[in-house]
Amino acid sequence: MTVLQKKTDNPIEHLTPEDIELIGKELDDIRQSVIDTRGEDDARYIRKVIDVHRKIELGSRAVLLASGFAPAFVVGTIGLSVAKILENMEIGHNILHGQWDWMRDPKIHSTTWEWDMASPADQWKHSHNELHHTYTNVVGKDNDLGYGIMRVDEDQPWQPFHLGQPLWSFINACFFEYGIAAYDLELAGTIAKKRTGDPEFRARAKAVLRKIGKQVRKDYVIHPLLSGPNFLPTLAANFTANLVRNLWSNSVILCGHFPEGVETFEKKSIEGETRGEWYLRQMLGSANISGSKAMHILTGNLSHQIEHHLFPDLPSNRYAEIAPRIRDLFDRYGLNYHTAPLPQQVGSAWHKIIRLSLPNGWLELTNRRNLLPQLAVLYKMTTGSPKVRRTLQRKLTAGVRLSRAAAAA
Amino acid sequence: MRFAELATTPLLPADYLDMVNPLRAGADLRGRIVAVHPETRDAATLVIRPGADWQPHVPGQWVRIGVDVDGVRMWRAYSLTSHLDRPDGCIAVTVKAIPDGKVSNHLVHRTRPGTLVHLDQATGEFVLPSPVPGKALFVTAGSGITPVMGILRNHTGLTDVVVVHSAPTADDVVFGAELRELAAAGRIRLVEQHTDTAGMLDAAAIADLVPDLAERATWACGPVGMLEALEEHWDAAGIADRLFTERFRPTVLVAGEGGTVTFTRTGTSLEADGATPILDAAEEAGVLMPSGCRMGICFGCVLPLREGAVRDLRNGEVTTAAPGDGVLVQTCISAAAGACDIDH
Repeated sequence: MTVLQKKTDNPIEHLTPEDIELIGKELDDIRQSVIDTRGEDDARYIRKVIDVHRKIELGSRAVLLASGFAPAFVVGTIGLSVAKILENMEIGHNILHGQWDWMRDPKIHSTTWEWDMASPADQWKHSHNELHHTYTNVVGKDNDLGYGIMRVDEDQPWQPFHLGQPLWSFINACFFEYGIAAYDLELAGTIAKKRTGDPEFRARAKAVLRKIGKQVRKDYVIHPLLSGPNFLPTLAANFTANLVRNLWSNSVILCGHFPEGVETFEKKSIEGETRGEWYLRQMLGSANISGSKAMHILTGNLSHQIEHHLFPDLPSNRYAEIAPRIRDLFDRYGLNYHTAPLPQQVGSAWHKIIRLSLPNGWLELTNRRNLLPQLAVLYKMTTGSPKVRRTLQRKLTAGVRLSRAAAAA
Repeated sequence: MRFAELATTPLLPADYLDMVNPLRAGADLRGRIVAVHPETRDAATLVIRPGADWQPHVPGQWVRIGVDVDGVRMWRAYSLTSHLDRPDGCIAVTVKAIPDGKVSNHLVHRTRPGTLVHLDQATGEFVLPSPVPGKALFVTAGSGITPVMGILRNHTGLTDVVVVHSAPTADDVVFGAELRELAAAGRIRLVEQHTDTAGMLDAAAIADLVPDLAERATWACGPVGMLEALEEHWDAAGIADRLFTERFRPTVLVAGEGGTVTFTRTGTSLEADGATPILDAAEEAGVLMPSGCRMGICFGCVLPLREGAVRDLRNGEVTTAAPGDGVLVQTCISAAAGACDIDH
C-alpha cells in the first residue's frame, strides 16, 4: 500500500468536506443509538461469555490431569486453546477497551481486568487504546503498522533486514503474546536509544517480567505438577494451547489492517483532523472478516474491525447489528467496505508481508529472463550503503513507471 | 490459597468459587432475593438471604444494596425491617418506589426472586439506646416508617410508644395493617394523618397531639422539610437533644458553576455541572468510584483533590487544592467548582 495522499486514484477524491462531516454525523447517530439501547441483554451476554470461558477452562484443565491418555490430551488441548482464545479476544481485548465499563461492575471493568497474556493490561491499554486507535494506519505514528519488525507499507523505507521478514513474522506469530509484551514495553526502541537504564522503563520491564513469570509458572509448572505422572503431556498441552491461541490472535490481527487494499495515511494528513476525517480514516484503514457467528465470537468480534475501529468502546456483541448500516453508509458514499473470509484476508496479509520484504517494484520488474541481473541489484541493495540503496530504488521505481506506461500503451 | 492463586492467575480462586457459591464465607458480600412481598401499590418488602459473612444489624439501621438496573450496577440505601430472630437467617428491606426513581421502581415492580444483589454491612445511627427509653415518640412520613418498623418489630420491650405517621391515604400507609394491629393490641398509640384529605401535620399540631412530648425521646424519619420543621420546634422548646433524625439523601443547598473533572490515574476527563456530586458525574462517565452512604456521612467515597476546587453541596463551602496537594474530599457531596484534578 502507498499512503492515500500519494495515490493517483485517491479513493476519497470524490468526497467534499461537507460529505465527510455528514458521514461523521451519521456515525455519531449510529453510536448514540447503540448507547441508548445498551442494557440488561448486553450485560447478560458478557457474563455468559465469561461463564462459558471459565467452564471450558476448568473442564479442559480437569481433563488434562489425565493427559497421558491420548484422547484426554486431544480434548483437553482443544478445550484449553478455545478457552484461551475466548479469554484474550472476546473477553480481555474488549473489556480492556472499556466496552463494558458502563455496567459499573468492578469485576468486569477496564481498570481492574487482567488477562491471560504476557503483556500486563495497563501497558497494552496504553500502546493499543491510546496510540494505535488514535493514530490508526498513519505511517510513522502507528507502530502497529508492522510492529516495528515488519514492513507492511511501500512508504516504510526498505532495509536489508526486511528480507527475512516472512521468517520473523512467522516466529512472531508463534510467540505472539511475547512479541506484544515487548512491543507494549517499547523494548526495541528503548534499546536502540540506549535508554534501558531509565527507571520508568525498568519499572515497566519488571512488571512485564513479573507477569510473564506468573503466566509461565501457571502453564508450565503448576498445572503439569498437578497432573502428577502426566507432567510432560500436560506441559505439552499448555504449550500447544498457547501456540494455537498465538497463531489465531496473530492471524486475526493481521486481517485487521494488513490485507492488500487497506489504506494508510501520511503523518501530516492528520494535522487538524476533524471528527469526520478521523472516522473516515478508520473506515478506510480497517478490514473485516466475513463468517459465522462462532467466527465473530472467536475473533473477539474483530471480524468487525471496521465497526470496532469506528466505535472501539461499544460492546462487541453489537457490532454485527450495526454492520449493515455501516456498509450502507460506505455504499452511499462510494467507499470500499473491505471484507472477505478469513483464509483470503490472512493470505492477502501474508502476500503483502512477502512482497514488501523486497524493495518496492523489485518483484514487479523481475521475470525469468532478467532474474540474474535483478538478483545482482538486490544483492547490491542489501550489501551497499544507504546511498547505493536509494539510487537503485530510484531506478526500480522509474522502471516500474516505464513498464506500466508500456503496458498501458 | 496461595497455591490456588498460582494455578488460576490472572484470575483468582474466588472468581471460580463465585460460580458455584456466591454467598459463601470469604466472598464479596452478596445476597439472594428469596421473596418479594407487595406492601402497598408502590412499596414492597424484599426478603434477602445474605452471604455467610453478614453481621446481624441493629434495628433501625440501613443497608446499601447494589442492584443491576438495565445492566448498570446501582447502589442505594434501604432500612432493614426484618425480625432479627428469623429462623431462616434472612433479612428484609422495604422499598418505596419514588417517582422517576430508577432503582426503587426496579426493586418494587420488576425484581424477581432468585436475583443476586450486592450488599454492604448494615450501618446507621438511627437506633435505640440501651436500655430503651421508657417513653418514645416516632414521627414518620411515607417510607420514613421503614426504620421505625424495624425498631418496633424487634424492641418488644418498648411499652409506651406513640407513632405519628403521615401518608397520602390510608391505603398508602406502608405496614398499615400491622401498625393498626399493634395499636389495637395496645402496644402503640397510632396517629395516622392522611394528607390527601387532612393536609400536612406541622410541628405544633404534633405537640398538641402528643402533650407529653417533652418527656419522650423522639425519632423522626421523613422528607427534609418535615425534619427541619421538627428540629426547629424541638430546638425552640429546648429539647433538641431528645430528637434523633434520619435523612436518606443529602440536601443540596448550594450549587454553583461546574467544571472539568480529571481523574489523574484513569486519565478520564468529564464536564460536571455545579449541582451534581462528582461521584454521580464520574459514575455516569463509566469511572469506577469508591462509594458509601452517598449522603456525606460514611467517608467511603473520599479521594485526594490534587488541584482545583470543589464545593460542598450541603453548605456551599469551597475547598481548594494547589498543585501537589492531596486534600481529601467527599465526592458524594462535592461538586466541581471549576476545573479539578482528582487522584484516582
